[in-house]
Amino acid sequence: MILPFLIIIPLLAAFLISLISGEKDNWAIVLSILAVISLLALAIFSFFTTGNKTFVYEMSGWKIPLTICLVQDALSSFMLVIVNLIALTSLMFSVTYIRQHDSPWKYYALFMLLITGMNGVIATGDIFNLYVFMEIALFAAYALVAFGGKAEEYEASFKYAVMGSISSTLILLGVGILYASTSTLTMANIAAELQTKNPMVMYWVAAIFMAGFGLKSAIMPFHAWLPDAHSSAPAPISSMLSGVLIKALGIYAIIRIFYNIFGAPQIFLTIFMVLGSISIIVASYLAMGQWDLKRLLAYSSISQIGFILLGLGIGTKLAILGAVFHILNHAIFKSLLFYNAGAVEMALGTRDLRKMGNLRGAMPVTSGTSMIASLSVAGLPPFNGFFSKLIIIIAAVQSNNIIYAIIAVIGSLLTLAYFMKVQRYGFNGENKITELNQSISLGMKSAMIILAVLCVVASILIIPGIREVTLDPVVSVIMNKTAYIQSVIGR
Amino acid sequence: MKQFDGMTLIVKTITRISVWLILLYGIYIILHGHLSPGGGFAGGVIIALAFLNVMLAYGGDFIKHWVNIGFLHDIESSSAALFLAVGILGMATGGGFLANFISHGRLYHLLSAGTIPLFNIIISAKVSMGLFIVVWTLAVFHLDKGGEDK
Amino acid sequence: MTVYILCFALLLVGIYGVLTKRDLIKIILSLGIMGYAVNLMIILFAYKKGAGFAIMLRDGINTNMVDPLPQALILTSIVIELGITAMLVALAIRLFQKYKTFDITKIRRLSG
Repeated sequence: MILPFLIIIPLLAAFLISLISGEKDNWAIVLSILAVISLLALAIFSFFTTGNKTFVYEMSGWKIPLTICLVQDALSSFMLVIVNLIALTSLMFSVTYIRQHDSPWKYYALFMLLITGMNGVIATGDIFNLYVFMEIALFAAYALVAFGGKAEEYEASFKYAVMGSISSTLILLGVGILYASTSTLTMANIAAELQTKNPMVMYWVAAIFMAGFGLKSAIMPFHAWLPDAHSSAPAPISSMLSGVLIKALGIYAIIRIFYNIFGAPQIFLTIFMVLGSISIIVASYLAMGQWDLKRLLAYSSISQIGFILLGLGIGTKLAILGAVFHILNHAIFKSLLFYNAGAVEMALGTRDLRKMGNLRGAMPVTSGTSMIASLSVAGLPPFNGFFSKLIIIIAAVQSNNIIYAIIAVIGSLLTLAYFMKVQRYGFNGENKITELNQSISLGMKSAMIILAVLCVVASILIIPGIREVTLDPVVSVIMNKTAYIQSVIGR
Repeated sequence: MKQFDGMTLIVKTITRISVWLILLYGIYIILHGHLSPGGGFAGGVIIALAFLNVMLAYGGDFIKHWVNIGFLHDIESSSAALFLAVGILGMATGGGFLANFISHGRLYHLLSAGTIPLFNIIISAKVSMGLFIVVWTLAVFHLDKGGEDK
Repeated sequence: MTVYILCFALLLVGIYGVLTKRDLIKIILSLGIMGYAVNLMIILFAYKKGAGFAIMLRDGINTNMVDPLPQALILTSIVIELGITAMLVALAIRLFQKYKTFDITKIRRLSG
């Protein structure tokens, strides 16, 4: 089976990079690019061979209730493709970007550990194993946020580390309570046993998990670490953090636990809808007043995660389709926007919107791709953001939640407003800038162009013929708890 | 011989005798990991504490003369890669990843239980070297100029 | 039942420490207390009254034993928290180098 290789390859690459690298980083770059390309090939292969089936891999040759199992179904393959694709573009971007700092081989080793953690969270079927891999990924993320060496980065990383530790402790408490009541750790066994126990256990554990994983995915009352951490990190790490980490650790874990283990009772879905709509509106207002480009993008991330949570909370088949499609779209265009911010920061030396000017002549690739990404976030056809937001709004109207549909529309309009602010001040400003501090290298440009092309191409996933192959199996895995239990334990 | 700063002469003399006993105790905990409580992680921490005892008694600069920090770093990284190699070897000879493919031996004997003593030794090498290098780096970090990170 | 309530009280002491203390090192220590409380609670879930140690006695398999799985779980959890504490202490040393203070109300350059 190919599932253990998704964890072995980046882990081996991390240790080999740490072993053979001296002061120059040539071997580190070669090893990491080889590892990520092979991971992306494995992920795409697994996505196209999974379809509606489920593969279970038991580690160490023991049988299911006694061992850790890795589960590959449509949802895991989908998330694996997203994670490894953004990791490849981030690696292409960071080859030149990290040369500004000292000892770049440490960056590549930590980056490989980050990919290991995220792949492990997505591929596993055991709830304590999810906690362990989540901690590995977070450990690498705390170290990478503080990589630059400036004072603000240490402050942001400390805030992120303290808040992340509190939420990890809460998650461990929830795992302990689940183990005490069902005496098993495999997620499918917990789902089967939890139906016969007292429902108060489920409500208690759900509250703890909502606080814990909610902080990891930056839902509104638990969002306070995100603007500092995502604006102080180096640009490729900001795109990894904001594009895939808050989705792989936060939203994916919430989907697995609340839909496949607890079976999604209505009270949790209502809480998701309320928290999602608060995230959309308040984060959009806070984003409008920002003059720091990366801080504005960080608040925009909180707002888009609110959209995904609103779609998950509505609960019908169409809404979950919209939410899953929006996960893919947000990863693509938010990473592209952070790459643009990083390119502008490397070229001009500043992130303040008031100091930028007209960059159309000096940096054509960056300006063009940022226009494409801004139109995608705001939701204009034919880019992919339009389709996913439209599906969520239609699903809200169809299930008689008119207030939430109106909130989603207002959120989209506010998103359009602040991205037009970015375009007006950042790229089409008054004074024409002609000379740059450093020029953008080929790797950075190609990473941006790949993601801009994907912004347009990803909207073909919604055409009804292709949708049955790619997105419908994901939705049916999420909504069907008994099929999940049957396919993991029944074999 | 240059007088390295650190603690007083009494502490240095006692450390010179007792650090080898601490190392012996740590190795005992590692090798009997499959028969009594302990194992790789606990034994690794005890070995790291033995090295740290020398660092506390003799000062941080003495360690640079006593051991080669680059060599310890290489032991740490290569033992982690060796762990993955043994795991893949378990996958190559049937069974899953990290399977127990060496023969299990007789019960309660020292050389039994398959790959578990091997994993104990590998884990202890990584944990002890890692912990020692982290604490040594934090201790010799000078606050007025920049030191090394991690 | 009272041991579980005492473990929860220890968790609340840890949370109180993280929320109200102004010194960086005290915040790190309070995070450690929270970790100890959760580990203790998981170990206490594994206890059976009057049972022996796990799995094998001198002459066969012990049938009345405490649960050995949470012992492995908290070993992993203690190692993870050791790593997190080491990273937090390294960050605190770097913060002192840049800001010249350990007081968390003065380390506030990022806001808004």
